[in-house]
Amino acid sequence: METEKPSTLRRFMPLIIFGVLVVFLGIGLTLNPREVPSPLIGKPAPAFDLPLLEKDGRFSEQDFKGKVTLLNVWASWCFACRQEHEVVKYLGSRGVRIVGLNYKDDPADAKAWLARLGNPYEVVAVDRDGRIAIDWGVYGAPESFLIDRDGIIRHKVIGPLTDPEKVEALLVAARENGMNELVTVLTDVRQKIR
Amino acid sequence: MIPELGHFALIIAFAVAIVQSIVPLIGAARNDAAMISMARVASVTQLLFVGLAYAALTHAFIVHDFSVLYVSQHSNLVQPLMYRISGVWGSHEGSLLLWALILSIWTVAVAAYSRNLPDILMARVLAVMGMISVGFLAFMLFTSNPFERLFPAPLDGNELNPLLQDPGLAFHPPMLYMGYVGFSVAFAFAVAALLGGKLDATWARWSRPWTTIAWSFLTFGIALGSWWAYNELGWGGWWFWDPVENASFMPWLVGTALIHSLASTEKRGVFKSWTVLLAILAFSLSLLGTFIVRSGVLVSVHAFATDPSRGVFILAFLVVVVGGSLALYAWRSGAVISYGRFQWFSRETALLLNNIIFLTAAGAVFVGTMYPLVVDAFGIGKISVGRPYFDTMFSLVSIPLLLLLGLGPLVRWKGDSWQRVLKSVWALFVISLVVGLLLPFLIEGELRIATGLGLAGALWVTLTTLKDMFARLAKSRRLPLAYAGMVIAHLGVAMFVAGVTITMSYSLEKDLRMVPGSEYDIAGYSFHFMGTRKAQGVNYDANEAVIEIWRDSKKVGELHPQKRVYSGKSNPMTEASIDKTFFRDLYAALGEELDDGAWSMRVYYKPLIRWIWLGSILMTLGGVLAVSDRRYRQSVKQKISDRLSPAGA
Amino acid sequence: MNKRSRRKLLILAVVFGMTIATVLGLTAFEENLLYFYSPTQVKAGEAPDSHSFRVGGLVVAGSVKRSPDSLKVVFDVTDNAESMTIEYTGILPDLFREGQGIVAMGKLQDDGRFVAQEVLAKHDENYMPPEVADALEKGGHVNKQKAMEGSKP
Repeated sequence: METEKPSTLRRFMPLIIFGVLVVFLGIGLTLNPREVPSPLIGKPAPAFDLPLLEKDGRFSEQDFKGKVTLLNVWASWCFACRQEHEVVKYLGSRGVRIVGLNYKDDPADAKAWLARLGNPYEVVAVDRDGRIAIDWGVYGAPESFLIDRDGIIRHKVIGPLTDPEKVEALLVAARENGMNELVTVLTDVRQKIR
Repeated sequence: MIPELGHFALIIAFAVAIVQSIVPLIGAARNDAAMISMARVASVTQLLFVGLAYAALTHAFIVHDFSVLYVSQHSNLVQPLMYRISGVWGSHEGSLLLWALILSIWTVAVAAYSRNLPDILMARVLAVMGMISVGFLAFMLFTSNPFERLFPAPLDGNELNPLLQDPGLAFHPPMLYMGYVGFSVAFAFAVAALLGGKLDATWARWSRPWTTIAWSFLTFGIALGSWWAYNELGWGGWWFWDPVENASFMPWLVGTALIHSLASTEKRGVFKSWTVLLAILAFSLSLLGTFIVRSGVLVSVHAFATDPSRGVFILAFLVVVVGGSLALYAWRSGAVISYGRFQWFSRETALLLNNIIFLTAAGAVFVGTMYPLVVDAFGIGKISVGRPYFDTMFSLVSIPLLLLLGLGPLVRWKGDSWQRVLKSVWALFVISLVVGLLLPFLIEGELRIATGLGLAGALWVTLTTLKDMFARLAKSRRLPLAYAGMVIAHLGVAMFVAGVTITMSYSLEKDLRMVPGSEYDIAGYSFHFMGTRKAQGVNYDANEAVIEIWRDSKKVGELHPQKRVYSGKSNPMTEASIDKTFFRDLYAALGEELDDGAWSMRVYYKPLIRWIWLGSILMTLGGVLAVSDRRYRQSVKQKISDRLSPAGA
Repeated sequence: MNKRSRRKLLILAVVFGMTIATVLGLTAFEENLLYFYSPTQVKAGEAPDSHSFRVGGLVVAGSVKRSPDSLKVVFDVTDNAESMTIEYTGILPDLFREGQGIVAMGKLQDDGRFVAQEVLAKHDENYMPPEVADALEKGGHVNKQKAMEGSKP
């Protein structure tokens, strides 16, 4: 038996098969999860009524009205929240109204965490079992929602605010919605985290 | 400062790799000695700088430099030193760095141990390896920099995934990468040979030891991974047909075909272009393995970082490396003519059949792994391929494979008389079949065809291999190491098959609800649940159950399965406890605490499961032994003077 | 037999063997394909009733009920649009928790119960099974990207 010179087709076969495969892999990649805008954007904040962490009283979606608010979803067990906390504090120190949503956390841990790292929040609403967060389309922390003075959700940040791209996107949303003070502050943040 | 140095070292290594991949090729084309000699210099320089970068990252882990993002994500203050060092490759960025380091180690090894190679071939081989390095370093620098800083630095880091804190897994990735990356040598030799247009038996001889040693590492790495899954995942399985496992298994299957096909090419000069294709395929599958694990295109129980932009980079890289080499193959392999003649009943045919079987197996794994991806790509639905498919395929493939494995080594090269071979083995065949089929009956008083066939196969391989070895020993007192390596590896296969067959047929498992003081009998062993107590490790707290094992009213052992909560994590982790002996494992894993002090737990009896890993270790040893054969060191020089045409080849 | 016909015989044998292997392989493949359905699809009757399939979603808080004297567990999973009940006997994975994304593999019974043979939760608490994320995205107003990054409970 003699192995003969491979024919042209036989020589090109591996390359052809590989080409087909690459097409599939390419399509597979384009289907990969990417950030999809939240369906909540442009809609009023979902209704809720939650107790507060450090004070008596409650917080509901009506309380967003009147001032531009950043709703920051956080928890003491969340590592990325610790990372972004410096940025959140900076925003607070520049007069941005920040409301915290303490997510699936033990209130005692949460208080200790704030005492240790600083508290930039006007108030912190406690969503202990994460039920409200489901309505908001949250299932992870940190996340931040930009809510305008009419209580409409304008933008959503998934992940920590230490990411320049995310701050950039937030900045664009703030500009589009004419939140000029916030634009100034975010421009400075962008400067700092680069 | 040191992390910046590391980053800087990576950039320099990248620049050096570019030089390494271009200059020697030009030198080879122009026959310019100075440019050719750049290959060696560049590969050593590259190792130096990649090593420096690696050391810098390790240093950051050891001194708890949490200002480095990667360090803060994968280690914390209480993590033991060993897992801080292994934390370097605990996730995406660091494991890429490890990959690059191993690649440069292989490159320098090739440069150092192949001084007898013609300079032009050497230059081409090193240049091809440099190109692969360029790809990986660019991937790291542009998409996954391990030295990225985190500002402000946190006081403590996030812990390395507790599942990864196990000695088995700590050394699993380096071994696996040694194998994956090792196939790059065979690949580089194949591409260099195609570039030079000269594919002969000497080419096979040069790349054979490299391929074999890479294969040994891969075998060992896969075995370690399986050992880790068995110990750490807590549920007694040793192989899950998980895409990440399959990703390492496919290069192994093709690599196994490659080392056998290289044997034919080296000894008889046959199957040349086929062997080249296998070398390309083995390395391509190693890259694809990286692709599958890193980009998250597949659903997997392994939780590595997922990031589509990285996937795009890897895909582009794959297209260049694999597409490029296959195009080169299509272009140049037309000139390759295999001259060896052989008859239909010969060693060559046996090795060809071996290749067909291994490629069929690899194809089956490939289809099972990639089909869900394709279906998803067309939006038809989300599917996965169930484990029975893989099990069925491998049972099917293993019967002809074992039959062939026993027979192949007895058949002579070029041609043999089938009457002669048949006469020498028919008795062994009958003995294996009868004993194999009878064994289940003796064990359990029940006939089981599948179990019996598996055992018969293991026995058949053992008997024929030993028979051939003794026949050879009778002729000459010394066995060549290469031959001894083959014998040991084949015996390892037999041991592995026996272990898999018995474990799959006779394992017992039971999910139980146990209150302290209760007991449960399994396979003649009685598990007494004495109660639970608190236990503590360096970085975790645990509930530990005390289970005494009794047999024939004698206490034979004690198991302490744990439910751990690692500091910084909120979820408990199952830590199984295993009583190990050569012939059986007793295994207990703790579920959760139910009401009134009861616990759910799972107990197993797993006979011969250890043979699975011992068999794999034998295969690894066989590979190592085969490489140590003097033939590979001494004869290279002779072969060059014998066979090589003058420079410019 | 001359050389040529021997060679033909060998090729024929190999082709025959490969054909059998392919046919058996495809059969095994066909039988072992597991499709994924969301609770909404199951409610709509899209899931097969004789074949195993996989279903996934978030474990509904407060729905986990254990039987007092065995390892039987009954719980609901939801994609935020519909929910369905899953029955499982055995030890649940470490990361099984209320609110956590899980995937169960099993069969629908004649009486409409879904009995799982296997319940999977991911090894890493920061990670959600992509199919679950996908089902949630379709079912409720949940964004898929989060499955891939950030810290999860």
